[in-house]
Order: sequence, then C-alpha cells, then structure tokens
Amino acid sequence: MSALHDALIIMKRQLLQLVRIPEVLIFSTIQPVMFVLLFRFVFGGSISTGLEGVDYVQLLMPGIFVQTVAFTLAGTAVGLAEDMEKGLIDRFRSLPISRSAVVVGRALGDSALNVVVLFVMGIAGYLVGWRPSSSPLSILAGFLFLLLFGFSMSWIGVLVGLSVRQARVANTVVFLAVFPLTFLSNAFAPTTGMPKALQYFAEWNPVSTVVAGCREFFGVINLFGVTAQSFPSREPIFMSLVYMALLMAVFIPLSVRKYKRSSSR
Amino acid sequence: MKSVIAKELVKNYRVKSVGKKSKDADSKKIVRALDSLSLEVEEGTVLGVLGPNGAGKTTTVRVLTTLLKPDSGSAFVGGIDVIKNPHEVRKIIGLSGQYAAVDETLTGWDNLVMFARLHRMKPAAATKRAEELLEQFSLTDAARRPIKTYSGGMRRRIDLAASLIVRPKVLFLDEPTTGLDPRGRQEMWGVINSLVDSGVTLLLTTQYLEEADQLADEIAVIDHGRVIARGSADELKRQVGGERLEIVVEAEHLDAVREIVARISHSVIIDRDLRQVSAPVSTGTKALIEAVKALDDAQIHPLDLGLKRPSLDDVFLALTGHSAEENETETLMKEER
Repeated sequence: MSALHDALIIMKRQLLQLVRIPEVLIFSTIQPVMFVLLFRFVFGGSISTGLEGVDYVQLLMPGIFVQTVAFTLAGTAVGLAEDMEKGLIDRFRSLPISRSAVVVGRALGDSALNVVVLFVMGIAGYLVGWRPSSSPLSILAGFLFLLLFGFSMSWIGVLVGLSVRQARVANTVVFLAVFPLTFLSNAFAPTTGMPKALQYFAEWNPVSTVVAGCREFFGVINLFGVTAQSFPSREPIFMSLVYMALLMAVFIPLSVRKYKRSSSR
Repeated sequence: MKSVIAKELVKNYRVKSVGKKSKDADSKKIVRALDSLSLEVEEGTVLGVLGPNGAGKTTTVRVLTTLLKPDSGSAFVGGIDVIKNPHEVRKIIGLSGQYAAVDETLTGWDNLVMFARLHRMKPAAATKRAEELLEQFSLTDAARRPIKTYSGGMRRRIDLAASLIVRPKVLFLDEPTTGLDPRGRQEMWGVINSLVDSGVTLLLTTQYLEEADQLADEIAVIDHGRVIARGSADELKRQVGGERLEIVVEAEHLDAVREIVARISHSVIIDRDLRQVSAPVSTGTKALIEAVKALDDAQIHPLDLGLKRPSLDDVFLALTGHSAEENETETLMKEER
C-alpha cells in the first residue's frame, strides 16, 4: 500500500510538471500530428489499402497511435537520466520510501501523459477523417490496449535512463532503437512490399502486432502484414499481450534492481 | 552518545582507464576512495570533514546516508546500523548535497509539499510544513516560482529546506557552499548556524578551513580516504602555526625588516626571490600594528603587508607535506560502473 502511495506522489510530480510547463505537451504532440498530416496528405494518396471502401487514414491512425506510445520510453529515459544528473535520484534514495516508488511512479506518470497525448491525437485523427467503426466499448478497449503497451515500453526507458545517466545520450539511444522498429512494421505501409526476410521481421515486430490489434479494436481488418501468414499476424491481440507481459516481466525487476544500486556520482 | 560512528570504512571503485584499448585486466584501475576511514560525531555537535577534492568526503557522506554500500567496515547513525538497516536510518537523516537536488521545473512550494508527502505527511500537514520551511529560509516570496528562476544561494536553501522536512536527528551537508558567491556563502553560514543552535547533529564536508572553523565543533581532516588529523579548529591551527605575518619590501630592506620582525616572532623566514619576510604570529592584528609602527619608525615602506590566515593548503602542507591539490579520485568516480 505504502509503495503505491509513494508511487502516486511521484506520478503527481510529473502531472504538476505538465501544469507548470504546458509546452511539454505541445512538444509531445506536435511530432505525431505532423506525421498524421504527412502520411495522410503526402504519402497516403499513393498507398493502397487493399480494402474496398476503407480509406488509408483508417489504417494510418492506429499506426500513428502506436508509434506515439512506443516513443513514451524516450520521455521516461530522458526524464530519469535528468533526475540522475541533477542528483534528485540520490535524494529519493535517501528518503524512507519504497524502493520501487520512483520508477513505478515514473512509468505511471508517463502513462498519464499518454492519456492526454492520445486524446489530442484522437481529435487530430477525427479532423482528417478517422472514423473508428467498432462499438464505443471496443474503441475504449483499443485505447487501454495502447496505454498498456506504452506502460510496458516505459520500463525499457527506465532501465536506459538509469543506465546511461545523461539525458542527451538517453535520447539518442532510444531514438536509434525505436525509430527503425516503428518503420519496419505495418504501421504506415503494407509489409508485402518488403523483402521476404524483412516481412518476417515486420510480422513478428511487437509494433506490428500492436498496430494490427488496434486496427481490430477500431473495426478495420488488418491486411497490412499478413503475407507471411505468421502466428502474430493471425493473433495480433494475443501476441501483443504476450509481448507486453514479457517486457514487464523482464524490465520491471531489472529496473528496480538498477534503481536500488544506482548512484548519480 | 555518538550520533554517527564510522569504523574502518573501505570503498574501492573500479575505473576504466581512458585511452587504453587493450581489454586485459590492467585496463581497469582500482581507486581506493575510502581507506579504512573512521570517524565519530557526538550528539548535538558539528563535525566538519575537511579535505580537497577526491579525498573521499562525498563517498563518506554517501556511505553514511545509505546511498552506497562500503566494501568493508561498519557505520551507525543514531545507533542504527547503516548497512543492515538502511530504511530505518533514512527516517532520521537529512541530506543536502553539492547540487540542488530538487525538481527545477516545479516551484519551491511544489517541491517541499512533494517531499513532505513522501515523508508520509497528510496533505494539510505537508502544506503547513512546506510553508513553515519557506518562511524559515526566506523563500516565501519565491515560493510560487519554478526553481529554475532561483539564484544559486536560493537553490541551496531550498535544497537544505527539503532535507529538513521531518526535523532529522542527523543532518549531512556535502559541501553546502561550494560554488556560491561570498554573499551566498554568508547567508548559508547564517542558516546553518541557526540549525546548529536548534540542536541538530551535523556532519558537513568542506574544502575551506575557514568554513569548518565557522561552523564546526570538531574537524576531521581527510586525505586519500583516511582521517589524517582531528581536533578543534584551534588545535589544528596550532599544529599549522596559526596566522602568519607577511611583508614584501624592496630587496635592499630585507635584512632590516628581518630584524624588526624578529622582535615580534621567534622564527622568521626570508624568501629573497619573492622579497618577502614572513613569520608565525600569535597575537593577530596586534602583531600587525607593531610591525607597521616599527617599519614606519625605520622609514621602510613595504610593497605589501598583511596577516595571512592558514588555508586548507597550509593545513595539508603541515600535516602531510604535500599540498591539497585536486587529485584524480573524485573525477574518476563519476565513471564508476
């Protein structure tokens, strides 16, 4: 109980940051909004959905949502690396609080930020023609699915942030790892156009399974990544949940252990 | 009762040496940050840990505040074993470091309330405590501003305030005035002195003999991870030789000045290159006035003249024979692990 209490206070700190410097929110939504515009109006016209009566934007928005929450871990890593640099982690470690509070609070705080970002993205999507065709309950489930993915990805960010200890390095490391992952997927274009080896990679890529899962939740059949007929492309929601569970099972214990041993100087 | 006891603490850091490409065992150098360091702080008193950069001051504080596990040795704070029972130790200590370890995007008020809440205070009590501390540290006007906008001195004060939320039994201050301008330093000294008056047990580290002299009841001088001398400021100064009278004159007057100074002090040193006559004095400014009168009578006009108080460097020179130059340990420590 007390561990949760402490974690919620750390989470509240992040929400307060948002109130004190609202620019952060603008910066975390401006890039995904630009992607929406870029793919919707620049590339979108030349990408065929392969589905009768389904606009590209219906397939695009789940891809953008997933890319956005996947990048959550950048915020997590940079935030923790900054706290490390500033000595704030030392202060937290010298307090009689739960040993998991700071990292759990950080991951929860980034999820809370995602709620706001996804809300803004949803509106942006609606404005450019995104219309989920499933039931409200299913749409809600889709967003919860996205938040859970962001939360599990955050834990990679926790470990990176505590390990590299420098905000700039954290940013570069994360960007180099996540950016290819989001593009070697079915998020923006069908995987059918890729070389065979890449197709397999793309179909097993967690980003693809989450995107495909999201499309299902939002009422679109996913035809973007099924050429290889692999298991993940047939059962994307199940496979995504397995991936998320794996991420958390590996990175939560590693992160907490790292936090206990970390020291800023 | 001893509030802090450290016994034979040893801490080694493995450091990757830079510039060596071979992957053999030699490329990892072991730096001994603490070399069987022992110290004690009596309840309600102030211990000043004095030493140059890299002497092991910060490592000592980190071990005593549960942030770092020593390789061997034992430590007790408030009677509680730091290594076996760190969580209980954290309940009774306050720590304020060289950097303002607060969230700079939040306001001073936000930060203090957050730390109070983390100390399990109810929201109303947390708010009340935050306001008390802001008042105590003259930060009420800046309470609603982000810490980013604070001056160096204000940052140190808010950091110190954050370490005092639960009125710790033992307070650790790691170089509380390093990097502050003289005014900021004076303010900090005032704040620390009033804390000391309220009866807190304090361990503070510093590079300045003057600071230790101002604030501490007892001083432990450390070098290369061990305590090399301890005692009151006066005792240390006596070992070092206290104040020195220094007079710089034209070369032809050197011998005349030596005779004048010899009337005031028993051992006089002439440095002909610097054209300087210097001597230890025990009577302070009185000795200075005597010297001025005698020089005036002899119609010698000194180029420079003054009383020099012993610095950390003088203490080190007297105690170790080497000066207190910065050594590598602390900079290398940053790369540890």
